[in-house]
Amino acid sequence: MNPVLKVEKLAVQFEAIHILNDLSFSVNKGDLLAIIGPNGAGKTVLLRALIGSIPFSGTVEWAPGTRIGYVPQKLDLDRDIPITGLDFLRARVALAGKRALDISSILMQLGLPLEVARRPIGTLSGGQFQRILIAFALVGDPNVLLLDEPTAGVDEPGEERINELVHRLQLSQGLTALFISHELSIVNRYATNVLCIGHGSPCFGPPRTLLTPETLRDLYGTEVKYHVHDR
Amino acid sequence: MSTTVDILLLSVAMAAASGFIGSFAVMKRMALAADPLSHVALPGIGVALALHINPMIGAAAMLVFGALLVWALEDRARAATETVIGVVFSAALAVGSITTSGEDLIDALFGATGSLGRGELAFGIAMASAIIAFIVISRNSLIVAFVSPDVARTAGVNVRRLDFFYLEAFALTIALGLRFLGVLLMGALIIVPAASGRRLAGSLSAMLQITVTISVTSTLIGTWIGLYLRRQTGPLIVLVATGIFLLSLLPLPFSARRRSQVTASR
Repeated sequence: MNPVLKVEKLAVQFEAIHILNDLSFSVNKGDLLAIIGPNGAGKTVLLRALIGSIPFSGTVEWAPGTRIGYVPQKLDLDRDIPITGLDFLRARVALAGKRALDISSILMQLGLPLEVARRPIGTLSGGQFQRILIAFALVGDPNVLLLDEPTAGVDEPGEERINELVHRLQLSQGLTALFISHELSIVNRYATNVLCIGHGSPCFGPPRTLLTPETLRDLYGTEVKYHVHDR
Repeated sequence: MSTTVDILLLSVAMAAASGFIGSFAVMKRMALAADPLSHVALPGIGVALALHINPMIGAAAMLVFGALLVWALEDRARAATETVIGVVFSAALAVGSITTSGEDLIDALFGATGSLGRGELAFGIAMASAIIAFIVISRNSLIVAFVSPDVARTAGVNVRRLDFFYLEAFALTIALGLRFLGVLLMGALIIVPAASGRRLAGSLSAMLQITVTISVTSTLIGTWIGLYLRRQTGPLIVLVATGIFLLSLLPLPFSARRRSQVTASR
């Protein structure tokens, strides 16, 4: 099977500091790749390199026809910015042209009422704005989603909805997703493969073989209380 | 020969363009960049006067170059850019004050309508229309790039190119307004009405409408008072705009913002 994404010898450095080094992995169509690792390991940097936002060395190869939906980690916005969630989503529709999907049905799937989307984005709660960002990514009809802690700040039912929605899109449309997560139980439940970056050399493989106390201890540099349960 | 109608026509076009550009400038937190950038026009005016060519051409050329400089520096660390803008553009003001002298300097600093050729009128209106068209056409890319440049890139927006065009449109807006407001005050016409718009509006289209309305109204009232009192119009335009901004700070029971706060607190 041809991979959707092929990364070889990826390295990123800011001035003299090496953030990522000699990272190679590939992602097949329909895979959910979880990226785990301690804070500051370069997980967000990896996603930003994959979308071409920061300079890197090595190769990042996306399959032809790839449409990326990117959901960044928490953004810092002024509260009084007069842009509503709908302004933001409609801008995506305009940019996508014919490919755009229906905003209201996506909001409904994410469990976000239309009245909330009508409010200025700076007045939304963290979890509400996070869902606007996810809706933005989905409106562009992506076949690959890059999610940077997509459920951070989202309430329990909202988190469940988002995880289920991504999982459903994976099953029904062969959506591929790369997601950064600190929740190892979610990783174990949904991920096809896990990429871990942190202390020691990066590791890559299915969650069953990677989410062991030993690898996690090497990865985080400390004991991690987590045990793999049966799926 | 210029007529009052010509001058009003051009100033309305300039004020409208400035409202469109300013709406995004206050959102992009460029309010503080507007002033130093407009200062760079002064050496251009000085050189143009020395060479006996239209000072507006000299100003526009320097502004286009200044915007290019800001754009080239933007890629670097934020703090470094601000330092460089502060140093380079204040130095430009100093150099310009030396190369321009006497009454020309006062006119350049505060604006002087003077006589307006037909060619300049047509060119000014064409430029204002181009700036407005750019904002209207690019507003979706601008919104998305404003919220997150990374997200914009994945939505197919060329963020660097968009930044470049925005900065150049910004510089040309300053060039358009120099005649009326001068080097020291043009930055204020871009920022102050937009600051009111940002306070009063609850959505992007409302912000654009309110800002453009305030910008045009301030310009018309300021120009009218200026002609009536035979005073320079620039400071009056800015004072009217500032007055409207102060009014916008008053709590308005029926404003959109108030409503959105009520819904938010439920």
